[in-house]
Amino acid sequence: MKGRFGLLGSALLLCAVTSLLLGRYQPSPLEAAVRLWQGLAGHPSELWTVIVELRAPRIVAAMCIGAALSASGAAYQALFRNPLASPEVLGGLAGAAFGAALGILLGHTLWQVQLSSFVFGLMAVGMTLLLARLVGIHGIVVLLLAGLITGAFFTALLSTAKYVADPYDKLPAITYWLMGTLSSVSAHSVWLTVPLMALATAALIGLGHALNVLSMGDEEATTLGVPVRATRAWVIALATLLGTLSVTLAGMIAWVGLLIPQIARLIWGADNCRVLPASALLGALYLLLLDDVARTAFTVELPLGVLTALVGLPLLAVVLRRAAVSWAD
Amino acid sequence: MIDAQQLHVRYGQEKIVKGVQLRLAPGETLALLGPNGCGKTTLLKALCAIHAPHAGSVQVDGQDLFTLSAPERARRIAYVPQQHRLVFAYSVIDVVMMGRLASRGLIARPAADDFAAVHAILHRLGLQALATRSYAALSGGQRQQVLIARALAQDAPYLLLDEPASSLDFGNQLRLLELLAQLRDDGRAVLFTTHHPDHAFVVASRVILMQAGRFIAQGSPAQCIDRDQLARLYGLAPDHLERTLLAPHWSTHGAMG
Repeated sequence: MKGRFGLLGSALLLCAVTSLLLGRYQPSPLEAAVRLWQGLAGHPSELWTVIVELRAPRIVAAMCIGAALSASGAAYQALFRNPLASPEVLGGLAGAAFGAALGILLGHTLWQVQLSSFVFGLMAVGMTLLLARLVGIHGIVVLLLAGLITGAFFTALLSTAKYVADPYDKLPAITYWLMGTLSSVSAHSVWLTVPLMALATAALIGLGHALNVLSMGDEEATTLGVPVRATRAWVIALATLLGTLSVTLAGMIAWVGLLIPQIARLIWGADNCRVLPASALLGALYLLLLDDVARTAFTVELPLGVLTALVGLPLLAVVLRRAAVSWAD
Repeated sequence: MIDAQQLHVRYGQEKIVKGVQLRLAPGETLALLGPNGCGKTTLLKALCAIHAPHAGSVQVDGQDLFTLSAPERARRIAYVPQQHRLVFAYSVIDVVMMGRLASRGLIARPAADDFAAVHAILHRLGLQALATRSYAALSGGQRQQVLIARALAQDAPYLLLDEPASSLDFGNQLRLLELLAQLRDDGRAVLFTTHHPDHAFVVASRVILMQAGRFIAQGSPAQCIDRDQLARLYGLAPDHLERTLLAPHWSTHGAMG
């Protein structure tokens, strides 16, 4: 098992370094090393700017978002006892998408759009929890239904925002954002959010054993020593943070959170102590590779969210065929 | 000691457990018998804090059960459920390891001593060959044994088992009874529900008969389990047991004869 993690980590590192060299301008490894060395010595060249200020933040963002969506997907699947749960299950991503659309509609700057997206993502999950509380029955099904209602509500708001948006200016910007892309990621926003995402992902990984127990249902988790409500609240808070930060940085990146944990379970088994770190590593590698394709395959960059759907869906069909066999009962 | 006083438990407005008093002391094996739906499972769930009582109290070693933290409760009381549904294909080791969570803490990963403890328990129950098998692929009886192993992994002094023999074959039923006797001899307190009066006779130091949410009799197996008590408990006519179980033509001509 440790060997597989080591292999995956090495592959990720190798791909990250290789990705630094990929793009319109493709230096040789030697040239890149020399320019980077010169840059570190205080003589930055144009290549230094391309690699350090443009490509590196984007590569880090791709890896972090891939890891965040996959880890939060795996956590939600264990929490909701449903292998087909995904980060949008509590309506947070729909809220974040509406927040971004609203920000664009009001003509905000990029960081204001991102902030709006983040705030509305958290608000949407807050609404879901409040709605479930108002129903008065504690349980997973009520929470899922409340998430469905909140998601539909913010999707309707998003449609309204698109309907009233200026079709020549704002509407294309909203549509482009919703398709998901890393092209507008700034170094500043990456360095601001990455530590938060890394911490939240690490915390979710730390809760792997507790998630195993929670996936047995509330009654068994109670008798096995898990404070169910508090642990569930922590998992939802961490997974929501990861999901909304991802939308904040890159718009809607679909299917990653659903697909990657299935692959992790096929390789590492069902134990969340392994599934969570494996999902994070696999998700980072997967999104990094797809972003490389998105920015280098054609002269015009492909929206990353479209690519994750185009690649992810057939892959999901293949994986589900094998994964469904391992689902119990 | 687990000490339940005037315990009332409801599901919605329906009263399931109606004012029972129960004490379970270390070194004691207590069998709870009663017809389906009489409240045995609900009582067990109230004794391990799955259900909060509507009235009355449950104390464990002098402390209110519901003021203890979840890990502290799990370190004192282990529960083996009767029915249980699994979504993910955990291995047998994964399932038994869940019993170690209360002693490791919520965010700690299982360590080498946890794996050693889990393997020792699997060995004790004769389940070591199943260790890496998928729990979902096991038979009902094997699953029941794995859940007992998980409860043992909690290393709690009080063990509550809900019909632990319901899916076991005859040989495994005997092994289970032996295990319960060993646990009693180790100084643990065991409370189990059963539909087999003979199991209570073999292993229980005390028997409680429960009907419609109330205890109707308790004492030693010899005091509580006789023809009249069983007929009363299960709503049978007094001569019903003789007519069915002891009828001579069953053994000479077979049940269909």
